[in-house]
Amino acid sequence: MSLGGQQQPNITVSNTAELERVAKTRKNLDVAEEYKKLKTKENANFVVIGHVDAGKSTLMGRLLYDLGVVDERTLKKYKQEAEKIGKSSFAFAWVLDQTSEERSRGVTIDIASNKFETENCSYTILDAPGHKDFIPNMIAGASQADFAVLVIDSTTGEFETGFNFRGQTKEHTLLVRSMGVQRIIVAVNKLDNANWSSARFEEITAQIGQFLTTAGFNPKNVSFVPCSGLTGANVTKKPKEGLIPWYTGGTLVDELEKTKPSKRAIEKPFRLTVADVFRGGVMHPVSVAGRVDAGSVQVGDILVDMPTGERAAVKAIEVDDEQRDWAIAGHNAVLHLAGIEIDHIRQGDILCDPTHPIPAVSSFNMKILAFESITPMMVDIHRGRLNTAGRVAKMIAVYDKATGTVTKKKPRHILAGGLASITVQVDNGPGVIGGGTIPVEVGTRIVLRAFGQTVAAGLVEA
Amino acid sequence: MKVIKNLVDRDGNGSITLFPEEPEDMWHTYNLLTLGDHLTASAIRKVSTESSTGSTSTHRVHTTLTTTITSIDFDPPSSTLHINGRVITENKHVKLGSYHTLDLELNRNFTITKPNGGWDSVAMQVIRDACDPAEKAEIGAVVMQEGLANVCLVTEYMTVLRQRVDVSLPRKRRGVAMVSFDKGMERFYEQVYQAILKHLPIESLKVVLLASPGFLADGLMKYIFAKATTAGNIPLLRSRPKFITAHTSSGHIHSLSELLASQEIQARLTNTRFLKESRAIDEFYAMMTTDEDRAWYGISEVEKAVGKGAVQTLLISNSLMRSQTVVERRRYVRMVEEVKGNGGEALVLSSVHESGRRLDGLGGVAAILGFPLLGLDEDENEEEAEEEEEGQRLEKEANGEGAVNGVNGTEVVKVKV
Repeated sequence: MSLGGQQQPNITVSNTAELERVAKTRKNLDVAEEYKKLKTKENANFVVIGHVDAGKSTLMGRLLYDLGVVDERTLKKYKQEAEKIGKSSFAFAWVLDQTSEERSRGVTIDIASNKFETENCSYTILDAPGHKDFIPNMIAGASQADFAVLVIDSTTGEFETGFNFRGQTKEHTLLVRSMGVQRIIVAVNKLDNANWSSARFEEITAQIGQFLTTAGFNPKNVSFVPCSGLTGANVTKKPKEGLIPWYTGGTLVDELEKTKPSKRAIEKPFRLTVADVFRGGVMHPVSVAGRVDAGSVQVGDILVDMPTGERAAVKAIEVDDEQRDWAIAGHNAVLHLAGIEIDHIRQGDILCDPTHPIPAVSSFNMKILAFESITPMMVDIHRGRLNTAGRVAKMIAVYDKATGTVTKKKPRHILAGGLASITVQVDNGPGVIGGGTIPVEVGTRIVLRAFGQTVAAGLVEA
Repeated sequence: MKVIKNLVDRDGNGSITLFPEEPEDMWHTYNLLTLGDHLTASAIRKVSTESSTGSTSTHRVHTTLTTTITSIDFDPPSSTLHINGRVITENKHVKLGSYHTLDLELNRNFTITKPNGGWDSVAMQVIRDACDPAEKAEIGAVVMQEGLANVCLVTEYMTVLRQRVDVSLPRKRRGVAMVSFDKGMERFYEQVYQAILKHLPIESLKVVLLASPGFLADGLMKYIFAKATTAGNIPLLRSRPKFITAHTSSGHIHSLSELLASQEIQARLTNTRFLKESRAIDEFYAMMTTDEDRAWYGISEVEKAVGKGAVQTLLISNSLMRSQTVVERRRYVRMVEEVKGNGGEALVLSSVHESGRRLDGLGGVAAILGFPLLGLDEDENEEEAEEEEEGQRLEKEANGEGAVNGVNGTEVVKVKV
């Protein structure tokens, strides 16, 4: 046989046949019951936010090291490598900053997640990038979080830069609040640079506290912890006697433990936001990772991917690197899929229950809180990992913030700080995958950005 | 474009014969044509003849036809115009009243005849612009974010998306080797590099802008020249000074406006038309936040402001100027003329530039006033209804306009009767 005339073996398996084959393996579990029976620890996700170089990654790296998640040997290796390129203080951050780009530049670019357990609860850290260019990645992380840890650099001058008008401290905080986060722990970091001065701590606490209240956080959901990621003081272990005599509260980990995970939408139809699509190995050519936003899933379920509308069957499920038969709202799961091509599923898509799929729409109404002034303009639409171009097409009404009554219909301009309803149109240029639609439903949280600033955030309305 | 013959009288009736020389001239022609105009151009017509025995044979004939325009198709990526119309001059091949689609070609004369004073000041300005022999600045622009790159060509009057690269980059997950990130990135850069080679005529461009948030643009720049060096691509290496990296906050096409607003770019491209347009619309948005009563948008509001002689700068999109009805077009032309008459500035923005698309989002017309005016939007009910209609029409148009970013020339902007 000539080489050119070689016949390709027919490897295309009919999609429906594949789906049916996998669907037969379904065990028909009552996942909610199983979940109640299973006596595992509670699990919670928290996002770590703050201005660039506040020490977010270092603090989390330290936390993981002190809790024994990262072993001595690995850290030693990081220390040596970091010293080699003259960034010895970055060793802890390298636990989370894994790519060569992040390490050589010394900044976090993408969300990194890592896991640790305490006696009562298992936690997933979502370490957000602080640089303003990577806020889309930070939004992706914040959309999966139950609560937030705000890291503040208390060094003289640094706190002020991070907290000023264009610093990320404020933008991040407002973002997590508008993503639905209610509980926030403020880690006053690098306090060793300020000689553990109580005056400095008080000063920062006062300013941040006031800001958090105006941002809509209930003071009883806010706590402040003085600490140092680099030395490890008051992160997992109580600081040495006499170092911070004026502080009576617990360590950072103590504060984490005080946090109750938020309620899960277990009874709602299944939704999973795809954070990553990858080849899970020889046996699993298409795998997705993401957090189960609502409902539950079990092996053998048929799911539909939105906005593409492609169907896929769940071959296997992993939760926290363990094979499971099911996953439920709140879990960070990896689903191994069958009956779908890897190119047909993308980061930011929603996998959902085929009987109650999330609609893919080209325009939607939303109620927003305006961070900047808004006119009909081009915006970036962010919905978790999904990030697409669109525009503010119509402005429906402006509301009074206190009473919620309409103050002006069809405004031509929404002022910064205003509460309003608008129509957002998704950019439908050709070449845009998904045909210019995005999956949203009533209650979906959306962030609108333009010119590198968050201009508005809010909820999708009917 | 060259004007071969100008037979327009003082009332704006008559015909002009034009000679298009470069692709952009098709865009100008698109903006000149109105439904109902007469167009004379060379055509290829398939003619079938029946012999006395009843057998038929078809052959193609080159002929010149004059038609009354019934619909216009414009395809920006390939700069081609297809004009459908009814034949109004009979010849031995084509019957009167039959339909023909004329495809205008470069380097071939065509004649436009406008009845009812259709050669208004705006139309004449289009001709003057088209015939301006000044050197045209063309730039290439690549706006990127992680996994997404838009390779665009920005000419004086058009922004054309040549290719969109959209790939899934691997994300950080535990237990994944670092090399897979670098590999994914490399693949992304390679695709963008190939798109640039294929779609941007680098040697004739003035500047090639690489823009992104973070470090992507720098990374791409390094990649391009590392590749060019190993491949021995001398022309590309020689063009190195043309490449500039810049910062944008996202990789969507609308970030181009952010890019054009940056100091660095403005210094390199002074006095280009698209920069002027971009600046004007930026100014409008800035005025909107600083002095709300001096910035107005929407047709009825701006018209009122024009009537009061308050308009300092009028911005109007040529998507409005391509209105289907003569009455509507007159309304806009009158606004332009009045503003100019009062010593103001009137800019007709190209709807296929980012600036024009932003203006279309505002309803196609906006104005910066010389002095503040209040309550221009307090209109009567009937006007509101009219505006609603207008909004719907514009929306349709804007949707069609999206097609401007066609990838391979299959999309066409349609204007239907």
